[in-house]
Amino acid sequence: MMGFVRRISAALIGETGADRVVPASGAAAQLTVLVSACIAFLAVFALSLALAAGTLAQSWSTALARTATVRVSAPIDQMQQQLASVSRVLETTPGIASFRTVEDAEKLKLLEPWLGEDLPAAALALPGMIAVTEEGAGPDLEGLLLRLKAEAPAAVWDDHERWRLPLVTSADQLRWVTLLALALIAATFVAIVTLATQSALAANLGVIGTLRLVGATDTYIARAFVRRFTLRAVLGATIGTALCMILLVFLPRAAADSFLPSLRYNGFAWLLPLTIPVIAGVTAFVATRRAAMHNLKTLS
Amino acid sequence: MIEFVNAGFAYGKAEILHNMNVALPVGSFHFLTGNSGSGKTTFLKLCHGALRPSVGVVKLFGQEIAALSRDDIARMRRKIGVVHQDCQFLDHLNLRENIALPLSVSGQKLEKYQADLNDLLNWVDLAHRADALPAELSGGERQRGALARAVIGGPDLIIADEPTGNIDWDMGQRILTLLVELNKLGKTIVIATHDLNLIRAAKSLVAARVLRLQKGELQLAGAEL
Repeated sequence: MMGFVRRISAALIGETGADRVVPASGAAAQLTVLVSACIAFLAVFALSLALAAGTLAQSWSTALARTATVRVSAPIDQMQQQLASVSRVLETTPGIASFRTVEDAEKLKLLEPWLGEDLPAAALALPGMIAVTEEGAGPDLEGLLLRLKAEAPAAVWDDHERWRLPLVTSADQLRWVTLLALALIAATFVAIVTLATQSALAANLGVIGTLRLVGATDTYIARAFVRRFTLRAVLGATIGTALCMILLVFLPRAAADSFLPSLRYNGFAWLLPLTIPVIAGVTAFVATRRAAMHNLKTLS
Repeated sequence: MIEFVNAGFAYGKAEILHNMNVALPVGSFHFLTGNSGSGKTTFLKLCHGALRPSVGVVKLFGQEIAALSRDDIARMRRKIGVVHQDCQFLDHLNLRENIALPLSVSGQKLEKYQADLNDLLNWVDLAHRADALPAELSGGERQRGALARAVIGGPDLIIADEPTGNIDWDMGQRILTLLVELNKLGKTIVIATHDLNLIRAAKSLVAARVLRLQKGELQLAGAEL
């Protein structure tokens, strides 16, 4: 491990002589800064998306898993009696933390997005609804359903599983897709740095020939390219990371009761994108060194 | 110093050198002659490990080059100074930096060698051109600069490929004189040239020998001038 660190530090801060022997200009080297900036920007954004998707899956999974609804579809004259029966059953059921009857005004509010405002509540046969919050391991569902069937036949127990699971699955899939996108971004970065290194080597065949003539080893020659590309990758990645973080800072925060989380990082998560320039530097170092050593062998 | 034993070299099916048997002892001075395409450059590349023989054995400093790793050959080249007709300078470095290049690649601190570097620049009469870029130098200045670069690392063997090819007679004489001086200091010298006047001029200066290549074979293997 220490040897690896020493090699990296020697490549980055030592041997400026090796760096000088390769001409400073070169389109491949300039493009490395631009590409690194773009890729770091995308990586920070994808990371933010992955974290948001994780938060989403987590919140949907935990928040909805502890709730259920009892729907009572009874004629109006039997509604109150059925709701009272359901309440009695729930009161005496272990695993139920609390429950409350959802008022008509609240139900109309839920229908507003689909049916518009000022709905005539009296003209609508709205079902009775009781919102239930569970505790501990939750109720013995089999026993509860049997009791509800016996005492309030019009009651239907809905534990939200039907729509909760697809939502959680989708959020999970979104997280995996963003992680895959991060992996693809990293692979693209490796490919571009490798190609840029090969291009720089090809453009400097004369320099390489002269260096070999005076006794330079492949390691010495590679170091000149590795140092240059690593520093440019770090510079580009720092710029890209900073730009994306500034953009994310100006994104609005999610409201406390928001259905969707914000793409902003929260708390210590702001430290995560700061690792991207470091990862870009290490990746560029390894990719450039590998490409350079391999190509120098074939150029013999 | 250099030994060829039944050595040959081919690029694919094109055989360039074959059945080479010759030994160049330490401190010797050899001219390598032959027509264009006779294999002079290939012979020199075998002499400094830029190529490995396709058949037979080539030994440098007593070591068979085919058995050496790439890094071993690179380190061995630090004991060999090479002067090419086109000089092979790095265009973005000035003359002083180009001459110091062998020191840089072998990890030497250049500050320690500034006096040597100045002496060398004076020896090749280029002290006033030390900060010039290669593109700003004349053909003769470039050749002398290349010679300075070849000797700065204190090599035991100096190989020159047509060192007077691009320069006038007087400058060629000057380069030859410098090479003779190096030989008198114990350096082994091999010069590839088709300039017979240069070879004749050397006769009065040094006990040189001639290697003549023809169609990939040695016609003369160390005849005295």
